Amino acid sequence: MNPWYMLTVVGQDRPGIVARLTDVLYAGGCNLGEASMIRLGGNFTIMLMVQGALPPAQLEALMQPVVDALCLRLHIDPIDGALYQQREPPDVRITVHGADRAGIVARVTGALAEAGLDILDLASEVAGNEQKPIYVMYIDGYARRGVDALQAALATLSHDGFVARLEPIQTISC
Amino acid sequence: MANLEILTYPDERLGRVSERVERFDEALRTFIVALSQALDAGPGGVGIAAPQTGQLQRIVIIDCSRARKPIPNKGRLVLINPELTAWKGMEVGREGCLSVPNYTGNVIRATEITLQAQDECGALHDYCFQGYEARVVQHEIDHLDGLLFLDRLVSRRVDLFQRKTFLPSKE
Ligand SMILES: [Zn+2]
Repeated sequence: MNPWYMLTVVGQDRPGIVARLTDVLYAGGCNLGEASMIRLGGNFTIMLMVQGALPPAQLEALMQPVVDALCLRLHIDPIDGALYQQREPPDVRITVHGADRAGIVARVTGALAEAGLDILDLASEVAGNEQKPIYVMYIDGYARRGVDALQAALATLSHDGFVARLEPIQTISC
Repeated sequence: MANLEILTYPDERLGRVSERVERFDEALRTFIVALSQALDAGPGGVGIAAPQTGQLQRIVIIDCSRARKPIPNKGRLVLINPELTAWKGMEVGREGCLSVPNYTGNVIRATEITLQAQDECGALHDYCFQGYEARVVQHEIDHLDGLLFLDRLVSRRVDLFQRKTFLPSKE
């Protein structure tokens, strides 16, 4: 089985980044696994699982022309990759909004981690403007010690300059 | 009847429209027993549709008493030729499917539905389902129409869970 790599790509957002990168990987005989690609503050960011027979240096050489052409930065890590695994679906979603973003993430995730939350997906955005930033965060996670424990942890935080709301997610399986 | 095998994506039979049941005979009841056993065989499954086993007939079984976290439910129901008669409300929720292993995704469904369906003897019944159970029924009826929840996916970050908590004054 060919090894897996995690590719990290960052650069100014512009049209065609995903298409051109994935095209060169396809042409180079690589398989793509799971990916997360998102725009953050005008940068386009990619985390992408890639499987191929190439050693890391050759993979980098394969991508270099398109990386240079699009003014991107590329980083490659060999990883223990695996697909097709049973995974626990998230059973809770937490949304947080607040005016003051310094410390929100640390305080919320710290309290939740202590109460048994495994974070499966976290995304945050900054809205508003420079004078009045609005910080918004979504977390999908798995409550190892139950949703009530998380709710109790949030209750101790919620009056602290931001609002955190928790909703259980019931996944149907049929 | 031998154990029924669950078809998985991309088996083309999962995309076909199932036929109405016309004969409420012994063969039907034998099949329903087997379908019921197939539902029990999967861990935590709360519903199954006949076409998931390659039998392209409009038969589903739901059983929300098997949900991992207890929710209000009507127990095990066999719904034959189900017809949606009304629906209201919309909610995003997370779904998985025996025919789509190792994936769960967000789907918008009605929060309340009424339907008519026949039982294994052909008698017509009216049902009203809400929330989780309504979602299961809609997921199963989709199977009868050749649709998987993959055909209805919405963004992972769409946030309409428990919309009641957003709009308490309007409920
Ligand atoms: Zn299904």
